[in-house]
Amino acid sequence: MAYTVKRPKLAWWEKLYLPGLAKGLRITLGHFVKTLSRKKKVTMQYPEEKWDSSLPEHYRGAPALVTDEQDRERCVACQLCEFICPPRAITINPEEIPSDDKWAKVEKRPKKFEIDMIRCIYCGMCEEVCPEQAIFLRKDYAITGTSRAEMVHDKEKLYEIGGVREGLVNKWNDLK
Amino acid sequence: MDLDILAVSTLHITIAAAIKVVAFVFLTILPLVALSVWAERRVSAAMQDRVGPNRVGPLGLLQPVADGIKFLLKEDFTPKHVRKGFFWLAPALTMVPSLLTCAVIPFGSSLFGEKMVIADLDVGPLFVFAIASLTVYGIVLAGWASNSKYPFLGGVRSTSQMISYEISLGLSIVPLIMIYGELNLGRIVQDQAVNGWAMLPLWGEGLGKNLLLWIPVTISFVIFTTSMFAETNRLPFDLPECETELVAGYHTEYSSMKFALFFLGEYAAMIIGSGLAVTLFFGGWSLPFGWLAPETGAAAADIPWWHGAIHILTFFAKVIVFILFFIAVRWTLPRFRYDQLMDLGWKVFFELAIINVILTAIILWVIK
Repeated sequence: MAYTVKRPKLAWWEKLYLPGLAKGLRITLGHFVKTLSRKKKVTMQYPEEKWDSSLPEHYRGAPALVTDEQDRERCVACQLCEFICPPRAITINPEEIPSDDKWAKVEKRPKKFEIDMIRCIYCGMCEEVCPEQAIFLRKDYAITGTSRAEMVHDKEKLYEIGGVREGLVNKWNDLK
Repeated sequence: MDLDILAVSTLHITIAAAIKVVAFVFLTILPLVALSVWAERRVSAAMQDRVGPNRVGPLGLLQPVADGIKFLLKEDFTPKHVRKGFFWLAPALTMVPSLLTCAVIPFGSSLFGEKMVIADLDVGPLFVFAIASLTVYGIVLAGWASNSKYPFLGGVRSTSQMISYEISLGLSIVPLIMIYGELNLGRIVQDQAVNGWAMLPLWGEGLGKNLLLWIPVTISFVIFTTSMFAETNRLPFDLPECETELVAGYHTEYSSMKFALFFLGEYAAMIIGSGLAVTLFFGGWSLPFGWLAPETGAAAADIPWWHGAIHILTFFAKVIVFILFFIAVRWTLPRFRYDQLMDLGWKVFFELAIINVILTAIILWVIK
């Protein structure tokens, strides 16, 4: 049903429009002066100023692989992360750990572990699903490259970002 | 013998005019256009608690240069469905008239015995309005030649808007012309320098008789400034290109340098408008309270060069303040609705301007 919108009744000085202009100018010029005198700071000059120090603990940045305290690569190439990854950014080629290796009982390790950072959506499902606590989302967020190939993080790069993390998974450690 | 002298003086005048054209239009107005684009972006940013372009050069001052390079390097695309001749003519037609009107605006008293105005015409304001009204052709042609609906609507809106407001713009300065009894902008400024600015009649003869005339002059100023906003297609009257309704209005189909010409034409028109407003209402190049004001009728050569330099700086300082006012208003007011715009032009300003003329006539009659 059509209905008439009630318009406010304007007094004659309001109809003059000039007081309204003055009022508006007071607001905009107020903001102008405040911003110029740096009393109000809103913008962060990004490449020079960063917010890294105030990132929360649960921040989800680039995913990375970690080694444990005994320098063993934690990933056992179960491929759960590869399967759960919604954009299919992860590619894993598992290999058997040779029997003369110190960690032969772990049986499997990734031969190739690649995360395509163009595809990655930083959802953190890989971290959630990992039974070995081998993959973590770090605080790196500025992942850049000049080619598609450069944007694929291989195993080496992933361990480099990840580093060592001591964790709860002790099942592969030597019996004490 | 006489013929020789005539030839020499003609040559002298030609060279002096050429130097003035280059120095004023190309070395001052055009950089000022670029600078006002920068100022627009920085000021609007500050008003909205942002930073604005601050990366290119100190304070981002080289941003217009970067923009210019971008415009030059972009593809200059002409759509298949346009009328090519008119399509190409339109951008030039918006830029050129704005620059042409510079010719009669006195930007200083005199320097080294040379009057600081390119053409010392006795029909200054008339010349400005005659040439400035040509800019509407640029926009109309752009809208029409683009052969697509949004530019067309923008062009149609622009036509009616500019024609409507030209009337009140022209009528608004009639009281001033009546008061000064003069159409030469240089002499109008000279009169203001000695007898008080039109908007600030606080010295010379101004304190006596002109004080009463301050009322019609203020009304004139309000009409003139508002009409100037409409004529230059700036917010709150940017109906021809309002992007929320018409994509980009009359320049939707334009790209690269052709678009840049429309863009710069708008700013050039704004600067010239500011220059005219300053000249008519705020004493042009003159300092307040008659400081350093040359005596009426003094020969151009009698004014020391440093007085002339200060006068030129004063003029540009005033123009810049006016430009900042333009920018501040743009980022303060929302856009008018189209019928409101037309109502304001035809039902308010037109009548008000005529009443103002009559009021001025009565005051002048009473004073005399």
